[in-house]
Amino acid sequence: MSRPRSQAEYLARLVPPSVAGLNRRSLLAGAAGAGALLGTGALAGCGDSDSGSGGDAKSVSLGSNQSDPKPKDVVAKVMDGFKTSSGVTVNINTVDHNTFQENINNYLQGKPDDVFTWFAGYRMRFFAAKGLAGDLSDVWGKLDGYTDAFKKASTGDDGKQYFVPASYYPWAVFYRKSVWQQRGYQVPKTLDDLNTLGAQMKKDGLNPIAFADKDGWPAMGTFDILNLRINGYQFHVDLMAGKEAWTSDKVKKVFDTWAGLLPLHQPDSLGRTWQEAAQSLQQKKSGMYLLGLFVGQQFSGADLEDLDFFTFPEVDSTIGAKALDAPIDGYMMARKPKSKDAATKLLTYLGSKDAANVTVKNDPSTLVANSGADTAGYTALQKKAAELVGSATEIAQFLDRDTRPDFASTVIIPALQQFIKNPKDISGMLTSVENQKKSIFTS
Amino acid sequence: MSDLPLIQADRAVPPPAATTTTGGRGRRLRLLSRTDRVVITLMVLLPLLLVLGLVWLPAAATVLLSGTNWDGIGPLNEIDWVGLKNYDDVVNNYPPFVPAVQNNLLWLAALFVVATPFGMFLAVLLDKELRGSRFYQTALYLPVVLSLALVGFIWQLIYSRDQGLLNGVFGGDTDWYGDPNVNIWAVLVAAGWRHVGYIMLLYLAGLKGVDPSLREAAAVDGSSETSTFFRVVFPVMRPINIIVLVVTVIESLRAFDLVWVINKGRNGLELISALVTQNVVGEASRIGFGSALATIMLAVSLVFITIYLWTVMREGKR
Repeated sequence: MSRPRSQAEYLARLVPPSVAGLNRRSLLAGAAGAGALLGTGALAGCGDSDSGSGGDAKSVSLGSNQSDPKPKDVVAKVMDGFKTSSGVTVNINTVDHNTFQENINNYLQGKPDDVFTWFAGYRMRFFAAKGLAGDLSDVWGKLDGYTDAFKKASTGDDGKQYFVPASYYPWAVFYRKSVWQQRGYQVPKTLDDLNTLGAQMKKDGLNPIAFADKDGWPAMGTFDILNLRINGYQFHVDLMAGKEAWTSDKVKKVFDTWAGLLPLHQPDSLGRTWQEAAQSLQQKKSGMYLLGLFVGQQFSGADLEDLDFFTFPEVDSTIGAKALDAPIDGYMMARKPKSKDAATKLLTYLGSKDAANVTVKNDPSTLVANSGADTAGYTALQKKAAELVGSATEIAQFLDRDTRPDFASTVIIPALQQFIKNPKDISGMLTSVENQKKSIFTS
Repeated sequence: MSDLPLIQADRAVPPPAATTTTGGRGRRLRLLSRTDRVVITLMVLLPLLLVLGLVWLPAAATVLLSGTNWDGIGPLNEIDWVGLKNYDDVVNNYPPFVPAVQNNLLWLAALFVVATPFGMFLAVLLDKELRGSRFYQTALYLPVVLSLALVGFIWQLIYSRDQGLLNGVFGGDTDWYGDPNVNIWAVLVAAGWRHVGYIMLLYLAGLKGVDPSLREAAAVDGSSETSTFFRVVFPVMRPINIIVLVVTVIESLRAFDLVWVINKGRNGLELISALVTQNVVGEASRIGFGSALATIMLAVSLVFITIYLWTVMREGKR
């Protein structure tokens, strides 16, 4: 794949091939209709009138997984914005981020909030396909500022929209400019450079790469980026879809490379949360940290301005270093909201550039999805992140968003932790993963 | 020296009074009015229905579901039957299972050998009415009042590798929660901390109920405090001892919250209950597979329950 020349083109690549394929077909048929939706707003008005049966609801509930203080505050501000513009109150039910994810299944089948936070990718399509999410095609009729690609990323297997994108963030290697200037470090371009740099940092008394995997998922980012650098994007997609064998030499090479890098990682990662690892970077005890842009939440003021990043260096020159993880976060609607009217209004607001503007003003650790938003308020870090994502050739959603949730959480997390504990027994670990994968994907 | 108190203790146990009850019960039955009988029937029936509906039905459903590959979504009639495949997978194709069984056994051993006796010991000490015993009682019982989740957070502050109290004070870099060889012990300390208070309170209640004249008699006969406890008080407290034993077994089987708060029961902290939850409650929703794990746990619990019931029933027959 060549580099995209515009943001729209980049965003088109956010979409997994399965959906893109399906949608290209349905889009041909639906292009005229979509144009009509946007152009005349006739259908949108229609949506308003028939959801009027939901009554004059003055409140709507939101299930939010934004439990960290900063994002929680941003959500509250966005909802305040909605109340000001519509007069409808939003009752926010915040649940711990990981807990929310792990309980999503029961949550959606029980009495979910009218609107809830969720992710694009396999995870969204999975619940949409199971009939556990509300159809948002009406809402999409009223949204603008989204490229076709974002719409595709919000589209379920049946061609309807189930998701309103709010923000996205790239994964990259973060560092403190002041530390690097003081020591004269250069951004590594290849794996060898990274190894040399790491060795130098070790000499200088730093943990070269901050690392935490107590919660199980951060190590997935390391696996993803190495897999993308060594085997490329398409292999990532196929591996996540269960089409490739985990016992193959390609996967083995990823872990071999990782094992070579492990001595550069902060030790004892399995007892540390990502926040603690980020603080070691903030306290200048670690030299680099591979994480999502949300790492900025652990920095403030001058420290935040001191934060910079680079994309993970290339490992194989034939693959390059242009692919990355950049997951999209957003909102979905319950299949039977208590007040469809209020829920639809809220989702329309959440997809509007007004909501995006509130986020831009208050959260310097994420990028907003709506291109109509005023991004003049972006920090240098955000501008650079938007550029990085714009220059990427392929975008993955992250391991646990690109594959079956049962596989990611019950097989991959223990396997990666097993590998980190004992990097010597790669084949044994991979054989076990492959056997479990076969059992899960065929059931 | 040791013979005397033993004899005393035997005499002190009140003789079973079996003769008077039968006639009394018959008379009382005849006195029951129709309303009384309806009330009694309802009182038996309602709890029975609740137990059937809330305990035995789900248990039976779990066993049934363990033979399927249900993912927790959609109607029940779409469930596929896969036979014993889940059990095969649990044993042969699920690396966390064996460590989980080992950890459960270790948990039982640690509570049984260390925490429970220590809690009993504290109860005996507190029973002595030391000065400030109420303060100690409160302090030791405090962790029981806190939820295990909160206990988890408290110990997190102590055990964190980079920012924790323990490494901060002693300047070490032990990865208390991350090192799989260490973390189970660290967690057992935290779990024991709570269990000790629980047992202490149970036992203290029992000790308060022991007839003081028994101790006096033992003291008059020249028994030492230690032998009074082991030869007089301990045997008299048989019902409490059994409760403490059962509580210990139950606590170790259902141990869950603490490891879940720490790291979802992974990386050295595997427990069967945590694995069940990971599979059933999580986004994962391998209900069938998780049910197989739960059924295995049920089977293990049944062993203990059977032993307990057998003991109790044999007791009743005597």
